[in-house]
Amino acid sequence: MQKQTVFNAKWLPWALIAPQACVILVFFFWPAAQALVQSFQQSDAFGTSVEWVGLDNFKALWADESYLASFRTTAIFSALVAGIGIGVSLMLAFFADRVRHGAWAYRTLLVMPYAVAPAVAGVLWLFLFSPSVGLVAYVLARVGLEWNALLNSHHAMALIVITAVWKQVSYNFLFFLAGFQSIPKSLIEAAAIDGAGVWRRFWTIQLPLLTPTTFFLLVVNTVYAFFDTFGIVDATTKGGPGKDTAILVYKLYFDGFKALDLGGSAAQSVVLMTIVVVLTVVQFRYIERKVHY
Amino acid sequence: MKLKIASLVMASALSLPALAQTEIQWWHSMSGALGEWVGDIANDFNGKQKDYKVVPVFKGNYDESMAAAVAAFRAGNAPHVLQVFEVGTATMMASKGVVVPVEKVMRDAGYKFDPSAYVPAVAGYYTAPNGQMMSFPFNSSTTVFWVNLDAFKAAGIATDKLPQTWPEVALAAAKLKANGHKCPFTTAWQGWTQLESFSTWHNTELATKGNGMKGMDARLVVNSPLHVRHIENLGNMAQQGLFVYKGRASSAGTPFESGECAMSVNSSAAYAGVKKNAKFQFAVGTLPYYPDVTGAPQNTVIGGASLWVMSGKKANEYKGVAAFFDYLSDPKIQAANHKRTGYLPVTMASFKLTEESGFYKQNPGTDVSVNQMIRKTTDKSRGIRLGNYVQIRNIEDEELEQVWAGKKSAKDALDSIVKRGNEQLEKFEKANKKG
Repeated sequence: MQKQTVFNAKWLPWALIAPQACVILVFFFWPAAQALVQSFQQSDAFGTSVEWVGLDNFKALWADESYLASFRTTAIFSALVAGIGIGVSLMLAFFADRVRHGAWAYRTLLVMPYAVAPAVAGVLWLFLFSPSVGLVAYVLARVGLEWNALLNSHHAMALIVITAVWKQVSYNFLFFLAGFQSIPKSLIEAAAIDGAGVWRRFWTIQLPLLTPTTFFLLVVNTVYAFFDTFGIVDATTKGGPGKDTAILVYKLYFDGFKALDLGGSAAQSVVLMTIVVVLTVVQFRYIERKVHY
Repeated sequence: MKLKIASLVMASALSLPALAQTEIQWWHSMSGALGEWVGDIANDFNGKQKDYKVVPVFKGNYDESMAAAVAAFRAGNAPHVLQVFEVGTATMMASKGVVVPVEKVMRDAGYKFDPSAYVPAVAGYYTAPNGQMMSFPFNSSTTVFWVNLDAFKAAGIATDKLPQTWPEVALAAAKLKANGHKCPFTTAWQGWTQLESFSTWHNTELATKGNGMKGMDARLVVNSPLHVRHIENLGNMAQQGLFVYKGRASSAGTPFESGECAMSVNSSAAYAGVKKNAKFQFAVGTLPYYPDVTGAPQNTVIGGASLWVMSGKKANEYKGVAAFFDYLSDPKIQAANHKRTGYLPVTMASFKLTEESGFYKQNPGTDVSVNQMIRKTTDKSRGIRLGNYVQIRNIEDEELEQVWAGKKSAKDALDSIVKRGNEQLEKFEKANKKG
């Protein structure tokens, strides 16, 4: 007797993925194609004169030193956001998993920041760190650290990293918590009977079993840091001081939506898309080998 | 079913013609108290006649509303009237077929329109090289010097004569610092106040071709010895703690209002906010200058925004726009707007009217901005009109911050502004020449 139900209709799988496919087509492939077309054009703001310029927009980017410097800034920013974001949420999930009383409250509180819009999160942290009225800045000044994100690049970078991480920790936390809870209790108990302590169990059983989750989050967090953080930068540092926090996606946003240079901004979006595709491929080819499923 | 009927009723109600009244869509960027002001203007106009109805719509801050208008224009549903900040002037002028010159709108509707009625530095800013006035000056401000008199008294500085020159500002700042003041001097809008207005005030070019007023092939010359001297001076003041940088755009406004900073260069339109929030005696002075520069002080440059009429609308709607602009041109209305907001009176008649009403005597300092502006302008001081100016202002912010942080010399930073800014100007020229 066969327990599984078999659907023989050929059209059914297509019909089932059709809604999702439509959404991706309309909201991803179509705009991406538009961006590709625009990256070869130059036009005035209102689009009254459009001219094909071939690779001029891309050449202008390579000739722009500040654009090249932005790669380094973006690399540092993304590594910090993904690294700290995953580390902190792993720790939080580890402890939340062990909490016996009031676990629900902790979890809800930890998930809440995910519902906050990037710009709002940016303003929130900007206030906390504001040199004249901010709570954190006040405490830092008391311990002798003169906080000035307006002119100190390290402070500015710390500010956007903290904000970006704070927003993403909830998402990571949920996945890690689910990961911890899906680890069979029998494994943990067996190790405990063999005399393995909490840390030993974490390093040799839980962490290896969480590698698929960690890998998934690494990919998602990298994409997040690359694409989703312009609102945070816009609300806090606006890329300053100088260009020291002008990550690629912020420059793209600024040139396209504030400065109305659609051709240049489209070229940047094509470059950014290429980088993320390459990064994701590299992550899947090389890092995934270390993942135990 | 109920919901369906309700939505049907709603849809038919929305599609009903507005009782023969022609609607004029006006997109603006005035929020808070200024947003109420715009609403009052529209209500007053709508109440005074029956043919047209002006509908003001807040579309976010200046760059947001401009981006929204660009998207709407591309989709074929731009508003009739769009408020554009001064930085976007060159972009609007260069976009052929996007706007209808305000002069043409007025003449076509049978109104006489006299550009010479306007304050020269205001009219010049929005006049095309062929002499046609392109947009309607709505809210204009300029750069002035704000002083906290209580802080001056506490530091033992004379308050009957405010610092007029940059050496005097540095001297006052040093006294304030010696008295324990944490932020003697700050500046808002550094690109606008310390480079643009600084240039016209000293009758020195910021860019060639009369600061771009005479053509799109203008290039920045903001690394002149005078500019280097000034930025070096401010850089030194920053290192000594006499000048404290408080961020881009209008960020420096709040520290002055709260009393944290004692002197500030900011827009004259900060008046409403300072008057409302400052718990100290304040005064408005003229923008400081270097006394040894011949021709200084000349006139300061305007900021703020003007109203642009978008193309592709019906003749009847343009008549409505013209009627609305005619209403706004009334000196009485303009004088009332000037008193309410701190924006400049844009015509000479409204300035005289305000003067006669005794407003300047009752509110000392409110006439400083006007006196800085109502002078005969020169080719070097008429205004600034540069393409891709949003990017160039951003470049100015980035480079000046390096000087305030002590990472770059004034010369290097200004050279870099010229190099990077000129790349933007070349790009703009190229994008707008053809078509």
